[in-house]
Amino acid sequence: MMMRMMILVLLLCCISSAAPEETHDEHGGGHNITGIPIVTFKWHHVKPPYTVALWVLVCFLCKLLIEANHNVTNYIPESALLICFGFILGGMIWGADQVQTFKLTPTTFFFYLLPQIILDTGYSMPNKLFFTNLGAILVHAVIGTCWNAATLGLSLWGCHQAGAMGNIEIGLLQYLLYGSLMAAVDPVAVIAVFEQVHVNEVLFILVFGESLLNDGVTVVLFNVFDAFVSLGGGAIDAKEIVKGIVSFFVVAFGGSLLGTVFGLLVSLLSRCTKNIQIIEPGFIFVLGYLAYLTAEMLSLSSILSIVFCGVCCQKYMNANMDENSIQTVRYAMKVFANGSETIIFVFLGISAIDKTIWVWNTGFILLTLFFILIYRFIGVFILSWILNRTRLVPVTFVEQIIMGYGGLRGAVAYGLAVNLNETNIKEKNLMVCTTLIVVYFTVILQGVTMKPLVQWLNVKRATTTELTLVEKVQNKVFEHMLVGIEDISGQIGDNYWRNKWRNFEEKWMSRVLLKPSARKNQDRLFNVFHQLNLQDAMEYVKEGERRGSLDFIRNESAFVDFKKKLEEDYEEAMPDIMADMADDQNGASVMRRDPVPSISLEMHEQNMRGLREAEVINSHHLLDQHLYKGRKQHRYRFSRSHLDINQDENEVQEIFQRTMRSRLESFKSGKMGVAPPKTITKHTKREPQPKMPNGRNKNYHSGDEDFEFSEGDSASGYDTSFPMRVGYRAGAGIENPAFMPDLDPSSPLHIPPWLADAGLEVNQVAPSERAQMRTPGHLHRLASLRSRARSGETDQDLPPPPHRDDDHL
Amino acid sequence: MGSSRSSLRRVPDGQQLLQETGFSAAVLLRLHQRFQFLDKDSRGHLRSEDLEAELSENPMGDRIVGAFFQPGQETVDFPSFVRVLAHFRPTEKNRTRGGEQPEPANSRNRKLKFAFQLYDRDRDGKISRTELLQVLREMLGLQVTEEQLQSIAERAIQEADLDRDHAICFDEFRKVGPVRLPEPQHVAVGLLLHQEGMARCSLNIQRKCDLCHFHLWN
Repeated sequence: MMMRMMILVLLLCCISSAAPEETHDEHGGGHNITGIPIVTFKWHHVKPPYTVALWVLVCFLCKLLIEANHNVTNYIPESALLICFGFILGGMIWGADQVQTFKLTPTTFFFYLLPQIILDTGYSMPNKLFFTNLGAILVHAVIGTCWNAATLGLSLWGCHQAGAMGNIEIGLLQYLLYGSLMAAVDPVAVIAVFEQVHVNEVLFILVFGESLLNDGVTVVLFNVFDAFVSLGGGAIDAKEIVKGIVSFFVVAFGGSLLGTVFGLLVSLLSRCTKNIQIIEPGFIFVLGYLAYLTAEMLSLSSILSIVFCGVCCQKYMNANMDENSIQTVRYAMKVFANGSETIIFVFLGISAIDKTIWVWNTGFILLTLFFILIYRFIGVFILSWILNRTRLVPVTFVEQIIMGYGGLRGAVAYGLAVNLNETNIKEKNLMVCTTLIVVYFTVILQGVTMKPLVQWLNVKRATTTELTLVEKVQNKVFEHMLVGIEDISGQIGDNYWRNKWRNFEEKWMSRVLLKPSARKNQDRLFNVFHQLNLQDAMEYVKEGERRGSLDFIRNESAFVDFKKKLEEDYEEAMPDIMADMADDQNGASVMRRDPVPSISLEMHEQNMRGLREAEVINSHHLLDQHLYKGRKQHRYRFSRSHLDINQDENEVQEIFQRTMRSRLESFKSGKMGVAPPKTITKHTKREPQPKMPNGRNKNYHSGDEDFEFSEGDSASGYDTSFPMRVGYRAGAGIENPAFMPDLDPSSPLHIPPWLADAGLEVNQVAPSERAQMRTPGHLHRLASLRSRARSGETDQDLPPPPHRDDDHL
Repeated sequence: MGSSRSSLRRVPDGQQLLQETGFSAAVLLRLHQRFQFLDKDSRGHLRSEDLEAELSENPMGDRIVGAFFQPGQETVDFPSFVRVLAHFRPTEKNRTRGGEQPEPANSRNRKLKFAFQLYDRDRDGKISRTELLQVLREMLGLQVTEEQLQSIAERAIQEADLDRDHAICFDEFRKVGPVRLPEPQHVAVGLLLHQEGMARCSLNIQRKCDLCHFHLWN
C-alpha cells in the first residue's frame, strides 16, 4: 500500500509536470518529441534500486517504532515484534494488490542478508570462550543436528504410515530431507533472542556456537538428501552413503579452512594499509564476503567459512589497524548486521501473505511442531549428560532446559525450504508453510516466553563485570601458575595446550601477521591498563562537562591521584585545588612545559612521559571529541581520502574576527539586557555558541580554531602555551565572569593582561551602540596577539606570556 | 582398584596421604612415578634445581618452585610434594570428607592463600608495591618500560587496596573477585579464570583420572 501510494504520488507529479518520460527514456517507449523537457520522470530507470532502498527504509522505520517503546520490548523480543510488523505490512500490500509482490527469496537472503550477520558474529566472537567450549559445541552441532534431522524425519514418516496426516505424497527420503532442513537452530534468531535475555556466557556460547556451526551439518544433510531424493530410492547404496558422509567432513572442514585462509589474508593485508587508512576498514567486509562466496562456489559451508574468517582476523586486525578504523569496522559491522537482521525478520513476516504456500495439513504441522520441540529437548539432555561426565563444571539441568528451549528455527530453514525442488517434492508448499509456522512459533512464542522462563528457572545470568587491573594481573599469574603446576606434575592439560598455542602464535603467527609496532603493544595486561586509563579520562571529561567546566583538567586535579571515585572525590579535591593554586604559581608553568596531556590521570608527572604514543593520541581524540568544537574544524576540500584541518591563515583570521565580534556583542547585550542587533544575530546563527551553564566557558573553551586562548589550536591538541589559570567556582552563575574579576576576592584569579585590558575597555564602551564601531579596533589588537601566539606554537618553547600575579583586582 | 591399592604400599606414607589430600590411589601412584622421574638421582627428595628444569620457560617458574619448599628448607620429600599439589584439586561442593580437617587444601581459601604466597615473597602477609612490581616485571618482560610498570602496579594496588595502606593484604586479595562479581558462585578470583573454569571441558575420555582435574578453582 505504501508502495502504491508512493507510486501514485509520483505519477501525479509526473502528470502535472506534463512531460513524462520523453526524450531520454528508453523504457518508456518513444512518444512524440516536442522539445527538450525540463524535467523528466523516469520511474523505470530507478525502479529496482529504489524499491530496495524504500524497503530497507521501511524496515528500519519498523525498528524505530518498535524501539520507541521500551515497555513492549522488555516483554516481547524485537524479532517477534518485527515479524508482526511484517504481517501488517504484508497485509497492506496484499490488500492493495491482491498479490504477494514481495517476499524473501533465498538468493536475497543467502547472498545479501545473511553474510554480514554471520561475519559480525564471527568478528565479535569471544574467542577464548568459544574455543574452550568447542568440544561441547561441536558435539551439539554435529550429533545434535543429525539427531534432530533423523528423528524428525523418521517420526513424521512413522506417523504418516500410521495415517495421521491423511493423503499426502511424501516418502521417507523426502521426510528426511525435510527433517534436515528443519534440524538446524538458526543463528540469527538465536542471537536476536538470547542477546536480550543475558544468560551466562557459557550457556550463551553453547547455544550460539551450536547454531553457527550446525549450518555446515544442515547444508550437507540437505544436499545429501536432496541428491538422494533426485536419485530416487533405488539408486542409493552403501557407496553413496559413504560419499555423503565424506562430503560432510569435506564441506565442514573445507569451509572452515577456507575461512581461516581468508582471515589470515585480511590480517596480512591490514599490516600494510597504513597509507590508505580511509578504506582500511573496507577490507574485512570485502574479503569476508569473498570468503563466503568462494565457499558457496566450491559448495563448501559458506557460513562456517565466514565465521572462521571473522574469528581468525579479529585479533590481528584490531592490533594492526588504527584506532579509528577499528571503531569504524566495529560500528559498520553492527550497522550491517543489525540492519539485515531487521530486514530478515520483517520479510519473514511479509512472506506469510502468500496464498499459494498456505497448504494446511493439521496433522503434519502440529506433529512437526511437537516433534521439533520434543526431540530438541531429548537431544540436548542426552548429549549434555554425556558431556557432563567429562566436564568439570557440568551444564545444569536448568541450563539444559534453556538450551533445549533455545532451539529457535529461523530464516535459514525458510530459505532452504523455498529452495526445495518442486518437481521432486510434490508437497513443497506444505513444507514451506510448515517451516514458516515453525519459524513463527519458535521465534514469537518461544522468544516471548524465553525471558520469563529464564527468570522463573533462575538461570545464572551473565554478570556485568568490569575488568580491573588486579584481576587481570591475577589471572595472568594464575595462568602461569597452572601451567607450572602442570609441568611439575607431568600433566598435559588444557593449560599446556593453551600455552603451546600461545608460544606458537607469538613466535610465528604474530611475526607474520602483526605490524612490528603493534606486536610490541600486544600485551593484554597493558591493554587493560590502557583501557582503564581511557575510561577514566572519559569519566573525567564527562564529569567536567557536567560541572560545566573543563578547567580542572588543566590544573592540578589531574595530578591529584584519581583512585577514588569521582563523585566523592571531586568535592574534596576542589578546595585543595584552590589552595594549591593560591600558593603554587609554578603549577602553570609546569603545565606549560609538559607536552603530555594531563588527562593521563592518577599518575605523576614522571610517569606521564612514559605513556605510549597511542595513549597520548587517544586521549587527545577523546578530549577533542568532548571539548567544544570550534566553528570550523574541517575545511571541505572535497577530498575523499583526507580530512584536513583548516590551515588557511587568512580564513582562520576571518573566522576569528567574526567570532570575536559576535562574542563581544553577545556579551554586551547579555550584560546590558539589550537584544543584539539583527546583523549580529546573523553571525551567531552561523556559528552556534556552545550552550554552557557558565559564561566563562564561552570564552575559554568554545573556539578551537578561532581563539588564541582556547585549548587545541594545532592538531597536537593541548595548547601548551595556555597561560590561563582561572579560579573556577562551580555554579557561580555570572554572565561573563572573565570581565567581572571581582566575583570572589578570595579565589585567585589570573587574567592574562591582554584579556583584562580588553575587558576593561569593552566595559567602558559597553552601554552604547558605538561599541559596534569600536570593537574591531580591539579585535585587531587581539588578532595580532593571536598570530603571535600562533607563530610561537610551532616551536613548543613559547616563552610564557606576561603573567602578572597582582593582576586580579 | 585392587592393584593400585596394593602397589600403594610402595609409596611412602601412602595411606595417610590418601586420607589427608583426598587424592585417589591411582593419582597418588602416578604422582609418585612423576616424583621419581623428577628425582633424577633417586635421593628420595627433590631439590629446587630438579623442579626448575621443568619450568625453564615459565616466567613465574622460580616462584612456583619456591612454593614447594618450606622456608629454610632445601629439599622437598614426597609427602610435602603431594600436599602442595593437593591445593590444585578441584573444590568439592558439599562433600564432607571425614570432617576431621576443617579446611582441606583444595578449598577456595587455601588455593587463594597459595596464590597469594606466590606474590608475597617476604611472607609478611602483604603484597607490597615492590612485590607486585617484581611480579609484573617477570610477566610483562621487556615490552613495557619501568615507568609504565610502576604506574600499572600503582593502579593495581589502588584498585584492591581497601584500607589504604598501599599494600594488598590477604583479605583484600580475596575480595578483589567478589567485589566485582556479585554472585557467590563466581567468587573465583578473576573474570578470565572464572570463564575458563566454567568452560573447561575435555573430550578425551581416556584421561578420566583425577589428575585431569588439575585445575584451580573449578
